[in-house]
Amino acid sequence: MAGFFKKSWAVKLVSLASVFILVQLLISAGFIDSYIQATIATICINIILAVSLNLITGFTGQFSLGHAGFMSIGAYVCAIITLRIGTTGSFILGVFAGAIAAALVGFLVGLPTLRLKGDYLAIATLGLSEIIRIIFTNLKITNGAAGLSYIPRFVNWFWIFIFTVGTVLLIVNYIKSSHGRACIAIREDEIASEAMGINSTRYKVTVFTIGAFCAGIAGALYASYFYDIAPKTFGFLKSIDVLVIVVFGGLGSISGSILAAIVLALISTFLQSFSEIRMILYALMLIIIMIFRPQGLMGSKELSLSLFKKAGKLFSKKERV
Amino acid sequence: MKKLLCALLVLVTTMSFIFTGCSGNNDNVIKIGINYELSGEVASYGQASVDGIKLAVEEINKAGGINGKLIELVEYDNKSDKAEATTLATKLMTRNKVVAVLGPATSGAFKATIPVANENKIPVISGSATADDVTVDANGVKEYAFRICFNDSYQGIAMGQYALNNLSKTKAVIIMDSSSDYAKGLAKNFNEAFKAGGGSIAAEEAYVAGDTDFNAIITKIKGLDFDVIFIPGYYQEAGLIIKQAREQGIDVPILGADGFDSPVLLELAGASNLNDIYFSNHYSSLDKDPSVQSFISAFKAEFNKEPNAFNALGYDLAKFVIAGIANAEGEVTGESVKTALADTKDFVGVTGSFSIDENHNPVKAIVVIQLTDGVQSSSERVSQ
Repeated sequence: MAGFFKKSWAVKLVSLASVFILVQLLISAGFIDSYIQATIATICINIILAVSLNLITGFTGQFSLGHAGFMSIGAYVCAIITLRIGTTGSFILGVFAGAIAAALVGFLVGLPTLRLKGDYLAIATLGLSEIIRIIFTNLKITNGAAGLSYIPRFVNWFWIFIFTVGTVLLIVNYIKSSHGRACIAIREDEIASEAMGINSTRYKVTVFTIGAFCAGIAGALYASYFYDIAPKTFGFLKSIDVLVIVVFGGLGSISGSILAAIVLALISTFLQSFSEIRMILYALMLIIIMIFRPQGLMGSKELSLSLFKKAGKLFSKKERV
Repeated sequence: MKKLLCALLVLVTTMSFIFTGCSGNNDNVIKIGINYELSGEVASYGQASVDGIKLAVEEINKAGGINGKLIELVEYDNKSDKAEATTLATKLMTRNKVVAVLGPATSGAFKATIPVANENKIPVISGSATADDVTVDANGVKEYAFRICFNDSYQGIAMGQYALNNLSKTKAVIIMDSSSDYAKGLAKNFNEAFKAGGGSIAAEEAYVAGDTDFNAIITKIKGLDFDVIFIPGYYQEAGLIIKQAREQGIDVPILGADGFDSPVLLELAGASNLNDIYFSNHYSSLDKDPSVQSFISAFKAEFNKEPNAFNALGYDLAKFVIAGIANAEGEVTGESVKTALADTKDFVGVTGSFSIDENHNPVKAIVVIQLTDGVQSSSERVSQ
């Protein structure tokens, strides 16, 4: 059993590494130009945001609208550090400092607010992200409403890949642990889970802190990739965007969030040339998909490799005929 | 783990499907990119600018293009989103192979595209990014960034001097929007220019965008000795301040900047209160210059409405860039166009004639418009 476990790990590591190398080769060969890289960066940042929000909202059942706030903390801390120092080392320092700062705020705010439930929690977290935004608008170090510009870009495919995979691994493994099971129990029935001896506040605060940490990473990557941040970038609508990805992919499905982040980015890219009807089409597609898949693309199921193998066999058969 | 792997596989495969197929290059056209806010919160700026751009390009193509080549516009919408603006600038430069990118309209989004421009050596040019540090900051000039509008501090200085020299006023009250950098910058520069010219500031009051009741501020200043009011801010609040001030019997001239330029100002303040109002702008439809009048009639024929400042700036922007392309030495590339744009001298446009200075800003006169009974009664060009 132990040997099998090790072998599967090796397979996974090798496949991850080969995906990384494949894309890296395509970039070096010029098949993936900087526009596709920017799209991939957007997708990966959205994956980090969606997966971490899914942990809070999808797996633990806590309706949070504060993700943009945590993202902005990560973005500002990383931007300020890289603007001052300007080396790759400072970028990594900035990412972790940003993520830790976001986690700290998440922890401190989570303690009192996570005693609230449902709509009340949503309102409290919404308020929190607005407070963070107003603070950044009025601080001198963040350059007020104009925000910070010309942030050096250190993010490349390597860093994006590392942080995206790292975040997804962290969250997948957390959900699979006994802590994760406790979170799912809280989602299903908080009173029953407390009766079983689960300290619901503790788990909720832990999950909230992890979510804020990951959102901080996403924000730091955003700041370093897109050169320019302002408080307005991280408004209420940014939180909604992330929530849309989570609900669209399926509450409680990590692969659903990843898939939704990719699909929505592709739809948005495709609509860039249709400015007049862009928002109508985007909303219409969301409505249609939600009518036919009210549980989201994946529901609470996960994509598995065996499913992929089956699909592969089907394809190869068809080709032979 | 497995899911993760699958997801990444899906990512890579979908990418390769979606992004295959590139457009071929046609030798007889020159491509210019449009990266504007066509939807989202500042869509009105983007749409107005693009209308102006299209009118200019249409005129040039009808006249046979430049150097025997027609101009083709590649148009994308950045949703008023900075990250999207960066991505689209990249797309236009690397995929569509444009020689210049016009827009975005707002300073923040425009700044987000400048690193992309420097990296790909393709110039980006904005018609309306007025923040001071757009084309130049502490690290020097942004080599591939240009604009054809004056900046915010220039407006503040010009209005300060206008109050002193043209209106002969010496005691000012400033009522500013403390929540916007635009307003703060205007107030600071007005204050400095006004004091430097021998004036004095009787009071400096502040409000926050979204306020509707300004009676407390007005009552407070009413007892002071002053002969002019400067309101750096946008029309939503300025309209109400003007209305409430006039109703309380304050009849001194009121000055503002291009944030006043909206029909909403008239709706909010009422025609009878809009007397002795002066604001700076990029362009005025009252300008008797023949090029301005022919632009106005052409615009009316095409779009069936009066052009506003963004239309005029968009029109000038397209003409300016196309002139740069026509003057580019040798092959038309981002680099040769950039050099030609930087060397522009005495460009004649509907928002005034200008040359490009070493900071990639235009040296141009400001237009000060006077309102009488809510309508523009006169306009004059004021240069420093």
